Amino acid sequence: MSDFTSGFWPIYISVITLVSIIGTYFFLRSQTTRKLAPGEKAELIEHTWDEDLQDLNNPLPRWWLGLFYGTLLFAIGYLVLWPGLGNYAGVLKWSSLGEYEAEVKAAEARFQPVYERFLQQDIATVAADPDARAIGRNLFLTYCSQCHGSDAAGARGFPNLTDGDWLYGGDPESIQASITDGREGVMPALGDALGADGTKEVAHYVLSLSGREHDAALAAAGRPKFEENCAACHMPDGTGMQAMGAPNLTDKVWLYGGSEAAIIETIAKGRNGVMPGMAQTLGTTSNKEAKLHLLTAYVYGLGGGVAPAAEAPAQ
Amino acid sequence: MEATTYNYKVVRQFAIMTVVWGIVGMLVGVILAAQLIWPDLTFGIEWLSYGRLRPLHTNAVIFAFGGSGLFAVSYYIVQRTCQVRLWAEKLAAFTFWGWTTVIVLAAITLPLGFTSTKEYAELEWPIDILITLVWVAYALVFFGTIAKRKTKHIYVSNWFFGAYILTIAILHIVNNLELPVTLTKSYSLYAGVQDAMVQWWYGHNAVGFFLTTAFLGMMYYFIPKQAGRPIYSYRLSVVHFWSLNFIYMWAGPHHLQYTALPDWAQSLGMVFSLMLLAPSWGGMMNGIMTLSGAWHKLRTDPILKFLVTALSFYGMSTFEGPMMSIKTVNALSHYTEWTIGHVHSGALGWVAMITIGSMYYLIPRLFGRESMFSTKLIEWHFWLSTIGVVLYIASMWIAGVAQGLMWRAANVDGTLTYSFAQVLNTMYPFYGIRLLGGALFFSGMLMMAYNVWKTVRIGRVVNDAAIPQAVHA
Repeated sequence: MSDFTSGFWPIYISVITLVSIIGTYFFLRSQTTRKLAPGEKAELIEHTWDEDLQDLNNPLPRWWLGLFYGTLLFAIGYLVLWPGLGNYAGVLKWSSLGEYEAEVKAAEARFQPVYERFLQQDIATVAADPDARAIGRNLFLTYCSQCHGSDAAGARGFPNLTDGDWLYGGDPESIQASITDGREGVMPALGDALGADGTKEVAHYVLSLSGREHDAALAAAGRPKFEENCAACHMPDGTGMQAMGAPNLTDKVWLYGGSEAAIIETIAKGRNGVMPGMAQTLGTTSNKEAKLHLLTAYVYGLGGGVAPAAEAPAQ
Repeated sequence: MEATTYNYKVVRQFAIMTVVWGIVGMLVGVILAAQLIWPDLTFGIEWLSYGRLRPLHTNAVIFAFGGSGLFAVSYYIVQRTCQVRLWAEKLAAFTFWGWTTVIVLAAITLPLGFTSTKEYAELEWPIDILITLVWVAYALVFFGTIAKRKTKHIYVSNWFFGAYILTIAILHIVNNLELPVTLTKSYSLYAGVQDAMVQWWYGHNAVGFFLTTAFLGMMYYFIPKQAGRPIYSYRLSVVHFWSLNFIYMWAGPHHLQYTALPDWAQSLGMVFSLMLLAPSWGGMMNGIMTLSGAWHKLRTDPILKFLVTALSFYGMSTFEGPMMSIKTVNALSHYTEWTIGHVHSGALGWVAMITIGSMYYLIPRLFGRESMFSTKLIEWHFWLSTIGVVLYIASMWIAGVAQGLMWRAANVDGTLTYSFAQVLNTMYPFYGIRLLGGALFFSGMLMMAYNVWKTVRIGRVVNDAAIPQAVHA
């Protein structure tokens, strides 16, 4: 379909709009009859339908006409001041994009002082500041709580952020990367490669890694298959690899459930966990950098944060 | 040989199905309202999930309940006011069986998840084609009957029905132009914001011509009949008929305020929506003023109560609509429960109540009786409906405004004061009141079904009424 970008269309729109409004005015004028004199009865038109249906012919109510004319007048006034007639911008030069940008700019200026201070501090310092935590909590409730929960304890498929167990690392830098650009945790489906029996054997081996109840014979049969198919990401000892978000299978934390059935489902069908990048979600909102910084600090300070590997000496 | 009776058979069929579909559609509505409070109500069965029942609800109440009611009254009124039997009766029979098939197909395909994703136009392309065939047959029957009329002038109701039949044909075809890929999936011919604009041009005019113009046609027959008074002003009916139809066509963009739609289109949608206020109120004025000299009848006649209350809700929602189209108001109201409240003050207060009142007039006459089995039950039905609507819309107003204000509330640091979950939590009591209101309205429909059943059972006399020979001027 055409994008209607030629110079003809703005003229077309303006003309039919104005003709419509002005035409409506003349139509109303032409249908306005004199008011009834006091005590005068409206004419009863002679036609009759279906035995008793008839029309009186009262003149148009004056207040109703006034209302109609008022809206026509408003329409003309509005279209002079605001955009509406084709590509005529209106006397006020208003645009929805302009309004949005002005609001963001105003917010930027107004809240800059609040955020500026925290942007200068490192994550650990911000995480310890009660004011910063209050802001961080508000941001978390707005942007993160839908998946991770208001208490950040997560849900099935959505990591708990308070337990010190990290898929991609719990140091400030890793958390900031997760929040800013998002993560995609993809576990391929291995059901076809392993077959039903093989899947079950591997599942029992995985159960054995964290000391859960398992069938020793099945686990033993599953071990070589694990090493062949799973160890590349989850490591030979099952402790996982944070660089690619492969979970540690030896701890007691289960993102998608730790029952035999859940593990079999995970192995057979694979998993696809998506954390959206907040840099994109925050879009062009005000003080975006500072908000990402504060969110990182809030998540870091939830109880599971890991100090940076080589901590710089205190300044 | 010239027919000596009116064809009441097709009218009876549609009238009975109006009550049946009313109950089905509103029951689904009540289930949806309950799901918003108890999301696991339907045990996680995907066919009964909110997203699939919701289009079933809207299609059932608009096209099954409202549509069947409009077929019934338009066939009844066009015959009686033209003083001729329906033209092409086989086609008329086809419209009944065709339309009913459309509804049954909707009731099957929507819960199965087949949808074109366009609101109020979700049905997939094979059903769209059937709708088109039924609608063309409808137009032929209706205009054919008008063409062979004995009366010289065309009665006002028929202007409104004519406008609705023509416009819905255009809207349905243009919005459903789509490319089929399989029997159950197609893609719209339009893309991006053009698709959105075509959709809301359709969507708003479905409200305008299906739910407003057509039901005004209903009003223009049953109010003067039941009040026993002439219509207040012929001139007003002419002026508001033309201005309503003309201006309604422009109002669609107000559904897309503050979106990717160009600013000029948003502005035009807004100013034409405001210009729509007077034409809309013209119909309300003409209906209500028709009662002058018959106001006392309201005390004793619950059918007239239904009709006049419907007009009051019509007046209220046609004031609310233009107000909500104003950009500043829309910035608060859009995407909130307020919109749901507004829709239901029109759908329950206006469309359902005018239809129910008209059916109480119509059904006994179709079954050879003077009146319904029980007037007392109509009275009860009226009060249940009225209280139900008021609870529904008042709770949604409060919920909607609270929701809008909570969404935009900001802390001193610029962050949002309330999380999504907190706003949702605030909604629960209002969802409860809405469910109660909806359930009351629904229980009234069950009462109506009983009353209709008794009326039909006792009636038995189902001969078609004779066409008077004398033709009025």
